[in-house]
Amino acid sequence: MQLTNRKKEVSFKEQSFAERIYLPAILKGMVITASHLFKKSPTINYPDVKRPIAPVYRGQHVLKRDDAGAERCTSCGMCAVACPAEAITMTSGERKKGEEHLYREEKYAATYEINMLRCIFCGLCEEACPKEAIFLTDRLVDTEFERNDFVYGKDKLVEKMNERIDVTKRQTSAVLEFKKTLGLKHNELFDAQKLNKGKHH
Amino acid sequence: MLGLTITQWLFGILSLMAIMFALMVVFTRSPVNSVLYLVLTFFCIAGHYLLLNAQFLAVVHIVVYAGAIMVLFLFIIMLMNLNTETEQQKHIIARIISGVIGGLLLFVMVGALKGAEQINIVQSGASQIGLVKNLGNVLFHEFLFPFEVASILLLAALVGAIMIGKREPASPTPPKEGLL
Amino acid sequence: MTAFIIYKAIMCGGVFLLCLAAAAYATLWERKFAAFLQDRKGPSRAGWGGILQPVADGVKMFMKEEIIPNVSNRSLFILGPSLFMITAVITSSVVPWAKPVMIDGQVYDMQITDINIGVIYLLGVASIGVYGIMIGGWSSNNKFALLGAVRASSQMISYEIPMGIALIALIISSGGSLSLKEIVEGQDAGFANIVWQPLGFLIFFICALAETNRAPFDLPECETELVGGYHTEYSSMKLGLFLFAEYINMFISSAVMATLYFGGYNFPFAHELYEKLGLADGSVWISIIGFGALMTKIFGFICLFMWIRWTLPRFRYDQLMNLGWKSLLPLSLLNLAITVVVEYFRGNIKF
Repeated sequence: MQLTNRKKEVSFKEQSFAERIYLPAILKGMVITASHLFKKSPTINYPDVKRPIAPVYRGQHVLKRDDAGAERCTSCGMCAVACPAEAITMTSGERKKGEEHLYREEKYAATYEINMLRCIFCGLCEEACPKEAIFLTDRLVDTEFERNDFVYGKDKLVEKMNERIDVTKRQTSAVLEFKKTLGLKHNELFDAQKLNKGKHH
Repeated sequence: MLGLTITQWLFGILSLMAIMFALMVVFTRSPVNSVLYLVLTFFCIAGHYLLLNAQFLAVVHIVVYAGAIMVLFLFIIMLMNLNTETEQQKHIIARIISGVIGGLLLFVMVGALKGAEQINIVQSGASQIGLVKNLGNVLFHEFLFPFEVASILLLAALVGAIMIGKREPASPTPPKEGLL
Repeated sequence: MTAFIIYKAIMCGGVFLLCLAAAAYATLWERKFAAFLQDRKGPSRAGWGGILQPVADGVKMFMKEEIIPNVSNRSLFILGPSLFMITAVITSSVVPWAKPVMIDGQVYDMQITDINIGVIYLLGVASIGVYGIMIGGWSSNNKFALLGAVRASSQMISYEIPMGIALIALIISSGGSLSLKEIVEGQDAGFANIVWQPLGFLIFFICALAETNRAPFDLPECETELVGGYHTEYSSMKLGLFLFAEYINMFISSAVMATLYFGGYNFPFAHELYEKLGLADGSVWISIIGFGALMTKIFGFICLFMWIRWTLPRFRYDQLMNLGWKSLLPLSLLNLAITVVVEYFRGNIKF
């Protein structure tokens, strides 16, 4: 079977004089390298210039607050169930009186941890979330020196009110529509809309 | 300064250094150091050539002795990895013989230097004989025959070295030496 | 007498600084040029476009921890890089950098010293240059370093011979003078020596590549086989001296090639240009323009060195020796023979 048309027959012919003195071959090589002098360098000066990130990029997670500043997460555990890498763990807590401005629902996540070394950034937690609480953003997970530091707690995951994180890119109309259709099994919906053809059975 | 000119001072210093380094060649235990001191001695001697206004000889001295022959010496000593620890003690007879030969050499040199009184000592700096042009004229006019003979001698030595260094033609059936 | 000493001191200091600066910026240019040939950008962080990179490299080298192996020969270990650096620098003393300048009726040569055996002096210094590598490699007491040193010395000795013979042919065709100043002045009017010595120049250039241990002749320090070659055990500024001396060597050998084969500070139609500008002989401006011409040629050669380095793979050791002894040596002898015949018909040789 022929894979490429770049194959070359090896010949054991005696080398001609031009081949034996090597100089023509050397000059040819040097012309090739010199031609690269006039090519544009594809380098991007990374910290100064950044490549555009796709709107569907899935990076570090964020736990959203609502407009009043209360955490949206109600610690239902859907995300942890959906997570194929089992990266999410949480414990629930009950909202006390006077904490209404902190938590939107009566039940909330007392702790919420995502192990960023386990996470595969598939985005299933985001899809599973019924409360629009967890989103994947276009931020990159930082490097750390200790393994433990990769287990992100609420301190790193919950967004701060003074620096809110824009997730409108992730909330496309299709997504919002999808979230509204309650009681539908995922696979059936996918089949009905003919999404992901041939991938799911 | 002691009524000496700069040239005389240089001559004195260079001579002292040459003698010192030459002694170090003999007295150092490590062969590599010995060779390096010998190179320094050659440099001092090249300095003497310069004082005699023989720049060509000085540089050729450095090129040939320091640059080529001593590098080969060093090369071989380094490859053989001679150390003070591995140096074998010479037999007593060998020591006596080398002492006698050294003494004879000294005797010959003293004899030769005794006859040197008649030779006109070249005044330093004044002579033009060491310059390339004059040297070339002398070599290719007065001493053409010995010069060419010397070149033939060197050629013969070269061919001889190649003959000695040439490998024997490989035997038709190489001896079997097991799997490895 | 004092004026003479001051003049010489200025010349020595100036040439020394020139060598250091040129070598420092050659390191930067090497990295930049390699980057351009490989569609990259090269160092661009330190200063504008990376212009301060050599300074940063130097500071880094000095700040690094200095390690002298326990089993090494301490004094020789220190002597090695110093010697290599010295031999790299002293070659520059015979290169004529520009036309003589006349100040107050006194003619000042733009050359540290004009010895009447300049060409042989170059060969002599080149032959001593191997000591730094050998001493450094041997005193490290490391097998890789020793192998690198042995390779370096045998390579340098081998390539000195065709280089010397190519030089003899050059001297014959350039009028028989061994002084670099006279060789340059001989190319003032008329053609540069390259016209009469194309083959000789090719041989000299290949040998210069080998003598400066540049790729494709960088076997003494080839990383794939010998870790770091002769400077395996070196660290800090001692390693820096070895690396830096390579660039000084490259600069000086470019200067020598420009001087011997390409007319040094002369350039085509120089006299017409000077006449047009109304410059008299001995004017400082003539020297400056000539110096600029020489530096341009040197820059071209340095680029060529680098271009070759980033194009050609390294030789195998037997190929290196075959090239030196079986190709270049006979070729240089052939060149010598051709030169003698040509020069006889040109009338430069009389029997």
